[in-house]
Amino acid sequence: MSESAIEIINLTKRFDDITAVDNLSLKIGWGELFGILGPNGAGKSTAINVLSTLLEPTEGSATVDGYDVVFDPDNVRKVIGVCPQEPAFYPYLTGEENITLMGEMHLVPKGVLRERVKTLVEKIGMEDHIKRRAKTYSGGMIRRVSMLMALISDPKIALLDEPTVAMDPKSRHAVWDFIRELKTQGKAIILTTHYMEEAQELCDRVAIIDEGQLIELGAPTNLMQKHQAKNLEEVFLKLTGKKLGEEF
Amino acid sequence: MNLRRILALTNKDLKKTSREPAVLFLLIVFPIVLTIIFGFAFGGIGGGTTTSFDVGLLNLDVTGPQTQWSDSFVDNLTSSEVFVIHDFDDNTTGQAALLQGNLDAFIVIPAGFGDSIESYYSAPSDPSAWTNTSIGLYVDGGSLMAVSAVPALVQKELMDTIFGSESMTISLPIEIKSPALVESSTLSQWDFMAPGIFAFAAIFLTMIVAQSMTYERDEGLLKRLRTTPASSSEYMISQTLSNMAIAVVQVALVLASAYAIGYRPATGPAGIGFTFLISLAFALVAVGFGLIAATVSKSADVATGISFIFIMPQMFFGTFMPLGGATEVIAQFMPSKYITDALTTLFLRGAPITSTIIWFDLAVVSIVGLFLIGLGIALFERFGYK
Repeated sequence: MSESAIEIINLTKRFDDITAVDNLSLKIGWGELFGILGPNGAGKSTAINVLSTLLEPTEGSATVDGYDVVFDPDNVRKVIGVCPQEPAFYPYLTGEENITLMGEMHLVPKGVLRERVKTLVEKIGMEDHIKRRAKTYSGGMIRRVSMLMALISDPKIALLDEPTVAMDPKSRHAVWDFIRELKTQGKAIILTTHYMEEAQELCDRVAIIDEGQLIELGAPTNLMQKHQAKNLEEVFLKLTGKKLGEEF
Repeated sequence: MNLRRILALTNKDLKKTSREPAVLFLLIVFPIVLTIIFGFAFGGIGGGTTTSFDVGLLNLDVTGPQTQWSDSFVDNLTSSEVFVIHDFDDNTTGQAALLQGNLDAFIVIPAGFGDSIESYYSAPSDPSAWTNTSIGLYVDGGSLMAVSAVPALVQKELMDTIFGSESMTISLPIEIKSPALVESSTLSQWDFMAPGIFAFAAIFLTMIVAQSMTYERDEGLLKRLRTTPASSSEYMISQTLSNMAIAVVQVALVLASAYAIGYRPATGPAGIGFTFLISLAFALVAVGFGLIAATVSKSADVATGISFIFIMPQMFFGTFMPLGGATEVIAQFMPSKYITDALTTLFLRGAPITSTIIWFDLAVVSIVGLFLIGLGIALFERFGYK
């Protein structure tokens, strides 16, 4: 196991003349729940896509569990579980089959896989629906299944891109409990979110990003003290000058 | 490369085929419906109506010492269950009847027909001593079946006239068997069309592959898979395997449907086995074209349209349509032509499994299939994921 779960050094990603991520440097430790906050287009998902080997950085570097995302993507993919922003799932498969398929991709032993699917499905409150075709699910159910698809391999590092969007409050709290439990297992978790309340509730540290640049980094309570704000939403408002609702 | 991942992805694709009504219809129900409808429409059901052709006949070899040959040829044509012979006294009337659609074909036996055959028997090994004549054969260009079948059937009767119906009875050191071209007495139009059904059914795999790949790309599923240890080659192999499995099911269903309506191909178990083999090779072609269509398509809807660029020429030049002239040249570039050709050779002509031509056809389909798969994978890897 490497010293840091994730290390990003001077990472820049450009698309033609648009700089999505601008000279970002971060170090995330094992057992840390790290939030990346920012409005739409801030570069959160681009950063996640670089860490999950889907995009190559224009400049700089990133390592995941010590493996370089550009030069050693195969090993990176073995240790990560990615929950994408748009929940990608096979509509003609059942929820259970979707989750199992991802476990098969990670070669989770069949017996372990069966047990793990059962356990995770119960934890996330989907046991009554898991044998239905995914195309019949509500948005919240799909999000929950999508998250289990990311975590079925029991990854060392979880990259969760807006995992609770479109969930009802009850489901969201169930997912929060689940994420907290993952943290206790020593996993490193990166969470991007629009919800400041969610970041405040869950994250050990947060990075606030705007227009691709890191504008603040620290524990939520420290940031609130530093900026004399009642919550992270207010911190964001003070830092960016932008008025924000619950969702950006 | 891991077999478990490949099988899991293959299983996923097969579930799609069985669970998505549109895919299920196109790949599984459509071939059955197509077989039954074509069988019904073209005389393959309930023994069918035996195809017969109205043939006009003008015999100009009616004087001279050797007219017994033309009489024999006329007798052979008349006794054939396939031809209904109408005698004509002059060429103009016969040609007019053909133009008006009253005849499927018009045959003119030239003066000197018998002399030609006698000259052959006088010097069988010396072509320079033969008296050459030509039989006039005019076929109704508006009849697909007549164009396809009549020349071969007339040729058979001519061979019977010259050499006898089974084998030469003249005592020679080398026996020449007369070619049994086709079992003409039991043929229906359906028999000519059935071999094309197999390629026709499998052609649509192209569209399903193209739609499936673009859908998975657009919905972020390919990206999701790329964040797992599954490799692109495992994914591509699974796509190929699942479609090959579908091709096997299609062949089995088309065969079963055809048998159910009374079709009996002139081949045995080995020929049926060959049918599965060449259909598997053709599945490679279909998947290759599907990958190429997916690469250049921006969405699943566009992929459907682009697929038809690959589907239509194969359908029209390589399955049911009679070939000749320019279409023959175009057909040489259609992989579907080779599967139809091989199955026609087996099912209609009754050629043995050792026949060189069917293995040549299989080799062509396999080589083209492997090339297209390779090209499709390379193009999709390079451009298709975007």
